[in-house]
Amino acid sequence: MGDIANLQEIIQRRFSVYEPECLLQGGELTMELPKAHWLKVAEKLRDDEDLGFDMLLDVCGVDYQDHGYSEWSTEQATATGFERAANNIEKHAVNPWVKPRFAAVYHLLSLAHNHRLRVRVFVDEEQPMVDSVNDLWPAANWFEREAFDLYGILFVGHPDLRRLLTDYGFIGHPFRKDFPLSGQVEVRYDATQERVVYEPVNIEPRILVPKVIRVDNRYTQGEVPPSSEGEA
Amino acid sequence: MPDIKNYTLNFGPQHPAAHGVLRLVLELDGEVVQRADPHVGLLHRATEKLAESKPYNQSIGYMDRLDYVSMMCNEHGYVLALENLLGITPPTRAQYIRVMFDEITRILNHLLWLGAHALDVGAMTVFLYCFREREDLMDCYEAVSGARMHATYYRPGGVYRDLPEFMPQYETSKIRSKSEVKKLNATREGTLLDFIEAFTGRFPKLVDEYETLLTDNRIWKQRTVDIGVVSPERAIALGFTGPMLRGSGVEWDLRKKQPYEVYNRLDFDIPVGVNGDCYDRYLVRVEEMRQSNRIIKQCVKWLRENPGPVMLQEHKVAPPDRVGMKHDMEALIHHFKLFTEGYCIPAGETYAAVEHPKGEFGVYLISDGANKPYRMKIRAPGFSHLAALDEMSRGHMIADVAAVLSSQDIVFGEIDR
Repeated sequence: MGDIANLQEIIQRRFSVYEPECLLQGGELTMELPKAHWLKVAEKLRDDEDLGFDMLLDVCGVDYQDHGYSEWSTEQATATGFERAANNIEKHAVNPWVKPRFAAVYHLLSLAHNHRLRVRVFVDEEQPMVDSVNDLWPAANWFEREAFDLYGILFVGHPDLRRLLTDYGFIGHPFRKDFPLSGQVEVRYDATQERVVYEPVNIEPRILVPKVIRVDNRYTQGEVPPSSEGEA
Repeated sequence: MPDIKNYTLNFGPQHPAAHGVLRLVLELDGEVVQRADPHVGLLHRATEKLAESKPYNQSIGYMDRLDYVSMMCNEHGYVLALENLLGITPPTRAQYIRVMFDEITRILNHLLWLGAHALDVGAMTVFLYCFREREDLMDCYEAVSGARMHATYYRPGGVYRDLPEFMPQYETSKIRSKSEVKKLNATREGTLLDFIEAFTGRFPKLVDEYETLLTDNRIWKQRTVDIGVVSPERAIALGFTGPMLRGSGVEWDLRKKQPYEVYNRLDFDIPVGVNGDCYDRYLVRVEEMRQSNRIIKQCVKWLRENPGPVMLQEHKVAPPDRVGMKHDMEALIHHFKLFTEGYCIPAGETYAAVEHPKGEFGVYLISDGANKPYRMKIRAPGFSHLAALDEMSRGHMIADVAAVLSSQDIVFGEIDR
């Protein structure tokens, strides 16, 4: 792998006008960028000799709506405990998200320099639009279709932005956090009508294991957990 | 005579050459393909969304079901992502076991691919040959994990258990005579490692057998040479990885370029194609099987000499042993917490990639500090390959679509997720 700190420095110098926010975590570099500049930056990322990101490996949507919300309070003892297969759980904000709700995340790879970069472009909720990079990396075609299908992010300039993974005539964007896990409609064959019919689902959404955010002092002090000492 | 216009042909979703459930809408001019529009998603199970609703370890089993032909490699990508975020490294023995099973999986995958590809192109025998060896490797899966396909064997912090001291054996039955069973059990008397070593001994000869059937076969060459040619520049732009990229002549393999686990200690070569057609991709994959065999041999040797733990003794992520649980209160609590709530992973994100038999299999994981993933994205290699099917099959005859499609090594479990 190439030198990641060096890459960060190059990126910060080249793109200082676009005010990128670079985060280095665990040897992986992430660049956060206002969406207005994305297409210009993308072109430079691909064509600049020192960067040379000739390969787009992945594009995905992210919905940050529930980020940092816990379904079970862990600080104090609760009077009720957790009921298995519960369906109405109150959410507690532990560490709520302050940035825009949606983001498109790109994973880039440079074969020549052997380094990777993650670019996150935030997309606001009212107008989830971002420029398509299909002309720069043809690989983006299906990845952007998928992100549109699952999150409703519109890629401006995409030649063929159809749904990809969901059913023909599907309504909604299933990977958004407000879309229920069991979906909205179910399908069955109706013998009297002699055709397949769609009906609202009759399964109650329920949670088997609550989402719990625990404050773990091993991580807050910036230490890695002990690797091989027996605790038990 | 009236002009014959282009017509549209619906290929699949139930077609033996569709490799699962692919609906391909082909626009044809006579027999020549003008446009191929794959409709995918018939096997979409929303694995990534399901993972958001379960503790981390409960999703390992789902990984097997993504690319159901190379099960353990999928697990590997996911487990590496978890380990990145937890900041843990498994014991060396576990790493060797993982590498050995990754390579066994690669052979499994390539054998199925070879059999199915040959079948699509019209050669029946190869399929039977390949499945003979797959049976042995499936037995390795079974011996180590109890399941022949969906193993759920890799865990964050190591592998679930050490290699077994004995191999399951065949028994006599109505359909298997005593002498037949004796022959089948000949290499199954010792440990799993003995069995694998015996396999690596005979496997190169068997690859020669497949090659005798295909490599210089005139019909095989007529069906694959110069079919579905992809230039190196195009392969990179289209996001190809694995044998698809190497078949086009780009030397890129994560096992060499960004080594994970113990690949940097092992000796193997990366085969690269020249022309980027179906035939070169075939040659690359066949050579990869030989190289995998070499890696397995080295792993067997190391594993024989170096016994040791295969799982971290860190009970926040790895369960305590059964005996300990019966005597020790702490161990019991750890076990209970681990299998109900799971473990919390510090907030952050990571992208872990492995050289999967089909290409780069990546898992992008976002954690918000909870016991479940906040978002998981699986980067399936076949996804980019299938997206390029239109480009690869344009201008070819309709019969070549089957050859191009199967040379991409498509499995719908990973594409539709």
